[in-house]
Amino acid sequence: MVEKETIKNIREKRADWEKQKYSKAIQENPERKPKFKNLSDIEIKNLYTPVDIADLRYLKDVGFPGEEPFLRGVHPNLYRGRLWTMRQFAGFGSAEETNKRYHYLLEHGETGLSVAFDYPTLYGYDTDHPLARGEFGKCGVAISSLRDMEFLFHGIPLDKITTSMTINGPAAIVWAMYIANAENQGIKKDTIGGTIQNDILKEYIAQKSYIFPPEPSMRLIVDTFEYGFKNVPKWNTISISGYHIREAGSTAVQELAFTLGDGIEYVKAAMERGLSIDDFAPRLSFFFNAHNDFFEEIAKYRAARKIWAQEMKKLGAKKPRSLWMRFHTQTAGCSLTAQQPEMNIVRVTMQALAAVLGGTQSLHTNSMDEALALPSEKAVRIALRTQQIIAEESGVTDTVDPLGGSYYIEWLTSKMEEETYKYFDKVERLGGVIPAIEKGFFQREIAESAYRYQKETDENKRIIVGVNRYKLDEETSIPILKMDEKGEERQINRLKKLRTERDAIKVQKYLQRLRKAAEGDENLMPFILDCIHSYATLGETCDVLREVFGEYKEQAIY
Amino acid sequence: MVKKIRVLVAKPGLDGHDRGAKIVARALRDAGMEVVYTGLHQTAEQIVNTAIQEDVDVVGLSLLSGAHMTLFIDVALLLKEKQMDDVLVVGGGIIPQEDIPGLKKAGISEVFGPGTPVEDIVSYIKKNVKR
Repeated sequence: MVEKETIKNIREKRADWEKQKYSKAIQENPERKPKFKNLSDIEIKNLYTPVDIADLRYLKDVGFPGEEPFLRGVHPNLYRGRLWTMRQFAGFGSAEETNKRYHYLLEHGETGLSVAFDYPTLYGYDTDHPLARGEFGKCGVAISSLRDMEFLFHGIPLDKITTSMTINGPAAIVWAMYIANAENQGIKKDTIGGTIQNDILKEYIAQKSYIFPPEPSMRLIVDTFEYGFKNVPKWNTISISGYHIREAGSTAVQELAFTLGDGIEYVKAAMERGLSIDDFAPRLSFFFNAHNDFFEEIAKYRAARKIWAQEMKKLGAKKPRSLWMRFHTQTAGCSLTAQQPEMNIVRVTMQALAAVLGGTQSLHTNSMDEALALPSEKAVRIALRTQQIIAEESGVTDTVDPLGGSYYIEWLTSKMEEETYKYFDKVERLGGVIPAIEKGFFQREIAESAYRYQKETDENKRIIVGVNRYKLDEETSIPILKMDEKGEERQINRLKKLRTERDAIKVQKYLQRLRKAAEGDENLMPFILDCIHSYATLGETCDVLREVFGEYKEQAIY
Repeated sequence: MVKKIRVLVAKPGLDGHDRGAKIVARALRDAGMEVVYTGLHQTAEQIVNTAIQEDVDVVGLSLLSGAHMTLFIDVALLLKEKQMDDVLVVGGGIIPQEDIPGLKKAGISEVFGPGTPVEDIVSYIKKNVKR
């Protein structure tokens, strides 16, 4: 981005500086570590200058926000126009309890909803299933039927607020519940907006809440793409997620590479079905982690936008919107400490700032108590206020991509891109994403990084404040969330009542039709919607698909 | 020759968070123990059956979903029922301080929360293994 002659001069001057100034300085103040590395194990130089980005051509490689390659952002005016959506991931106990929390969050300035489901729901089991034992409402809300969905969104205007739902294995079914609930309120499908996570590949890779094997899972996902752009055009039918890959222990580079690789896999699957890329691509969205290394995270988001735009073009996308890598960010749950939990507020602030400087479209900030339990009302309010302070007070929203042009950031962005393409090549050599999953490639890569991180922490090579340095003799304690103990009983009774009250013949008829359709190759969304409208439960609907598709079992690798 | 300590690292219930379980499994193996890892989604019956079949000295339970008061205690009680009282049972995960006394009472000897150095787990097992 600087003229050749100038680069030559700077290179020479830098060499002089290194020899004369820097070498002297480190004699007086030896460096704290033999090498400085970020969390992806990339070595960081002592100083960055125009020489480090001499190969970058501004217009082609960096460009303007809202223009290819979208490195600086997908929107020309970003937060000067509209702030990111403040969307706190929340759910616990029964639908009623969680509904109260949603109203609380909205009253305090949250601008979008995000549903956390409990484990039985994530695996497509009703609350009264034997495998649901002990799990009701524990790490999310229990939703077993459309009836529960009605309670969950009671009093919330579904045509005005957007909702993100972290649901994968049974995503099509839970989405059908949301659509059905809106329809029953007289709200048209084409007016509702939100996101279903619906990203099964990262479930096999990292989060592990899968149900069906890869092939039928990919079919269901493409079904939602197709149904979505035709009927629910404002809905993001997938949120291709690196968050969980990172939480499972990957580095930032692995998160970036595996996530975008998964994204490309979905696009190919949909194109194989015969869908036109420009029909469904504008509704693809992404979800990344914001971990501790501040600049590395910012570079990751910037690189992600550029790589995605490049790859989508290669796949034949023509509409500019198809090239947009829009993303949600959540601060890193795995970085929270149970020790001196108040310090998590500070960690979350920096992580959230990185996400904002990286141009996120929506953001969840973790609560300080989440290494102990689900967040209390006060903790979640502080987390939300953290976003509001960044948005309203810090001034970082006044210009688009404020770190663009920093020698370090631009160098690191390019470096992340380079490392990502190396992973793309590796996965290609293994035969693609699904064969690589079956060979345990991603799982091993992640386990390796997780182990290294733990070892470095245990050996005090990586300092975690309050954990391996600056410890307190007496740990502080903070109040944690108490759940309604009667919730489970109420939920099971509601489920029993529902099963006796609904039209059983109709339920059976629609479940049968779904089975037939699943055995064939029609789009399953309309069939699932019929089941849901007739109040078939999540478990019943999923069981039909389990019987037709079978279940996925993973090989445990450590 | 000293008999190697045999450990079963187990993931009860539906929880899919396996980062910690895998790290601990590997660390125990590196510390010279024989480790069997169950993989995900195990019922209490499956865990106890594996513990019996593999003749382990230690069962390490990992859970981050919050269902520990049910699922850890299920395993501990079933071990007792099968006269496996001499097996050391430990647990780890997202577990609030106030739940720990209840878990200990049920037979979980020690609970390791976030931020525990793996070395602490290794030395605890070495010191407290009962057979």
